[in-house]
Amino acid sequence: MIDYETSLRLIAPEILLAVSGLVLLLVAAWGGDRAARAVSIAAAVALGTAFFLVMPSVDGGLSGPDRIAFAGLFRADAFAGFAKLMIFAASIAALMVAPSFLERTGSMRAEYPILVLFSALGMAIMVSAGDLMTLYIGLELQSLSAYVLAAFLRTDGRSAEAGLKYFVLGALASGILLFGMSLTYGFAGTTSLAGIRVSMVDGLSTGAMFGLVFVLAGLAFKISAVPFHMWTPDVYEGAPTPVTAFFASAPKVAAVALTARVAIEAFGSQADAWRQIVVFAALASIIVGALGAIGQTNIKRLLAYSSINNVGFILIGLACATASGTSAMLVYLAIYVPMTLAGFVAVLMLRDANGDPAERVTDLSGLSRIRPALAWCLMIVMFSLAGIPPMFGFWGKFVVFRAAVEADLLVLAALGVATSVIGAFYYIKIVKVMFFDEPAPGTAAVTGAGTGTNTGAIAMRDGRAHWALLVIGTLLVSPFGFLATGWLGNLADRAAASLFLVA
Amino acid sequence: MEGFPILSAMLLVPLLGAIACMFVAAPAARTIALAATLLNFLLGIVLWASYDIGGAQWQFTERAAVFAGFEWALGIDGIALMLIVLSVFLMPICILASRSIERRVGEYMAAFLFMETLMIGVFAAQDLFLFYIFFEAGLIPMYLIIGIWGGDNRIYASYKFFLYTLLGSLLMLIAMLWMAEEAGTSSIPALMAYDFDPGAQVWLFLAFFASFAVKMPMWPVHTWLPDAHVQAPTAGSVILAGVLLKMGGYGFIRFSLPMFPEASAQLAWLVFALSMIAVVVTSLIALVQHDMKKLIAYSSVAHMAIVTVGLFAFNVQGLEGAMIVMLSHGLVSGALFLCVGVIYDRLHTREISRYGGLSINMPRYALFFLLFTMASIGLPGTSGFVGEFLALAGIYQVSSWVALVCTTGIILGAAYMLYLYRRVAFGLQRNEDAAAMKDLSPREYVMLAPIAAAVLWMGVYPESFLAPMRQDIQRLDERLARAAPEGDARLAVGRLAPAPTQAPAEGAH
Repeated sequence: MIDYETSLRLIAPEILLAVSGLVLLLVAAWGGDRAARAVSIAAAVALGTAFFLVMPSVDGGLSGPDRIAFAGLFRADAFAGFAKLMIFAASIAALMVAPSFLERTGSMRAEYPILVLFSALGMAIMVSAGDLMTLYIGLELQSLSAYVLAAFLRTDGRSAEAGLKYFVLGALASGILLFGMSLTYGFAGTTSLAGIRVSMVDGLSTGAMFGLVFVLAGLAFKISAVPFHMWTPDVYEGAPTPVTAFFASAPKVAAVALTARVAIEAFGSQADAWRQIVVFAALASIIVGALGAIGQTNIKRLLAYSSINNVGFILIGLACATASGTSAMLVYLAIYVPMTLAGFVAVLMLRDANGDPAERVTDLSGLSRIRPALAWCLMIVMFSLAGIPPMFGFWGKFVVFRAAVEADLLVLAALGVATSVIGAFYYIKIVKVMFFDEPAPGTAAVTGAGTGTNTGAIAMRDGRAHWALLVIGTLLVSPFGFLATGWLGNLADRAAASLFLVA
Repeated sequence: MEGFPILSAMLLVPLLGAIACMFVAAPAARTIALAATLLNFLLGIVLWASYDIGGAQWQFTERAAVFAGFEWALGIDGIALMLIVLSVFLMPICILASRSIERRVGEYMAAFLFMETLMIGVFAAQDLFLFYIFFEAGLIPMYLIIGIWGGDNRIYASYKFFLYTLLGSLLMLIAMLWMAEEAGTSSIPALMAYDFDPGAQVWLFLAFFASFAVKMPMWPVHTWLPDAHVQAPTAGSVILAGVLLKMGGYGFIRFSLPMFPEASAQLAWLVFALSMIAVVVTSLIALVQHDMKKLIAYSSVAHMAIVTVGLFAFNVQGLEGAMIVMLSHGLVSGALFLCVGVIYDRLHTREISRYGGLSINMPRYALFFLLFTMASIGLPGTSGFVGEFLALAGIYQVSSWVALVCTTGIILGAAYMLYLYRRVAFGLQRNEDAAAMKDLSPREYVMLAPIAAAVLWMGVYPESFLAPMRQDIQRLDERLARAAPEGDARLAVGRLAPAPTQAPAEGAH
């Protein structure tokens, strides 16, 4: 018997997002694009409210039967809450940076914030999924919004290409996932994650094994782990930069959290079966992400490869299949999100002589001479991405490797660490371009006069929003972040523990 | 001094200075940097003065549980004390030597001050991971110093420096994680007393070795050093040679030896072999260099090889000698780089053949240069002699062959240093512009004179420097006793070496 009162209370944040999304859709329909900014602000407020609604569950480390809604379809536990906090915060950031970028080309439309809102709703459902059905609904809601977002610059060929490519490959991945889910259902006799777990305790039949592999393959596409990463550089490059910043942060968190939940809650009793897949994907992602980035001349493509590289490290945490490994994943994500957002915000703040967005690596040359504050922030972000102490990015890698060592995956840890040196190469290359090279004439850095020189007072306000995001992100990943290690580790530990309750 | 967190203060002063330097104009940045380093030097003197020789093993300890997974734990023993004093002594001199830097002075000073914080942190950290953070973070300022203010080929040198050292340290990180997991603590003093399984020790030793050997640097992973030295600005070279290389030696004496005594004994042959090759090969390479900085860089590799053989001699003389060589090399090679910097600032070339006969127009400079040359060779009365004599005496008890080969390094050292000196300071004045160079300015006096005094002090009365370390080295020797290899020499000497200055010379000088 479903207790609707409790269930509805547990999904209050999602209901809030859904209702505000629908209302704002009406506002957009009647108000037109003039209402775009107002809708953005309203969407941000809705996300912010949802953020505070979720907070108690994370803060209290709530989990267990009290947090299960609709007879197991939906789990509002601390793990889901932890991921939701990051998702909502990243979505707000994506809303903040978009207007000044899109307004330049006159493509800021009221649909943008609504799509972000629905995407965030889809992600919230994904990470709370207690059943394969909920999982798929959330995933598709997120993905369909994301396809449209990628193609948001209708008149731009690259953006349209990105949207189409994302859609075709995403549909393929959804197909693979569905196929895996149906196999799993066929052999487990249930779609509930807890039920699948029970059915697999005594061993894995060949059919269920195929189901597991296909499910993981579909999810690997969503987190853009090697060998399912091919779409990432193209989509990241083609999509409008604020959208890329969004893709690299919120959906990544959601997909990783979903993967962890499926791997541990549904397939947790057969960890040895999927560990080899995850280990392979982790190492391949680290290496391909690092090698692929070296030759890139476009910063967005470079950051795309960097995100592939980072997913590899996150998967090392998953490969442990322990509570500390999952906790390490969450900590890594909590550091990765501000890091990558700050990186993209810095890219957004680059402008060439005409005030157009600049996104080539060479546009950064000599940035430290012309816009030292921006260059120093980006330098901290780059060293943090490379995992060089005392930057906080180091802590993410540290906890992941510590979990791997605790789980006796010494070889994996050693290989992961050794290959991270390849990654360090292109991060320090960015620092080299910014600090060691002379400013090249005619590039972005030379004329960079803040955000949007020709949009007047609004640009100033947006400039402040960019700076605020950049400074907050940079401070979080700077050595000051270490002061938060205890608090962050605690929250992540309790969130991770909620995944292992059923075991 | 009770209760005053002097180590934290020493970390904080340069850090605040660094932040201040970022926001001010060039002259103010120079003043702030000098003031911060001098203040830290004063704190260093206070630290030395209030260090209780023969007291507790770990003094000035501080603890604060502000992080998860590791602690803010500081504390020093005599070994760390000496290396901290060396760092804070060299820093004001480095700042003075940076007068020729005119581009981006604020950022330059900030990088140096940040570097000072990290160096002190490395020597003062009492938690494994805190140590790692300080150790590894040094890459960032050094990368910037070489890359922004370096010579023509600075990009290549900075990449090489960064990636080489990073790869080495990361393997050490995995070993550290395993150790903390196995021993259940990340406290360095606790780990120094923890007995790891000898089988595991070998792997741990190799992982730490990968890091420290690169940092040291030992042959054949030394190739980043000449590049980095040649391209770095003068003060960068001084810090690199004076302090950063000591981190490798400090790592061996703090981690490898006490934590993995069995593995150290088992793999001592490896260290000896690499060191013997290094002494001979890099000395020969130094002999044919045309670039002064490169020559001194190669001589550094040779000197650090003496340090490693001394450390792995497993006896008191060897360990004491290795420490003194480290301190002495920090002073002497730093001073030699300063000497190169003095004439480089005037002529803007490091090419040896462009100079000649400098003792005619720069007699005072030639005098200082001669003193440091002799100290580098290891002439009795200078610091170099004490360290090398002790280290070689230590290794002689273990293996006559290693001692023999390493001693040839000293002969070769005399050859390349004297050859360098002859070409630069003696002979005819071949170039007019070199002949027209002015003698030392007051600023340069202030830079070189304190180092000269320290070199002589350490040469004449090394007891001042040995006394704080004696007890710690004794403890280390006791810890190593169970694994110490049997020597091929049957020496009938007591545990303590006779006063080195009165001992008969090794025949190498």
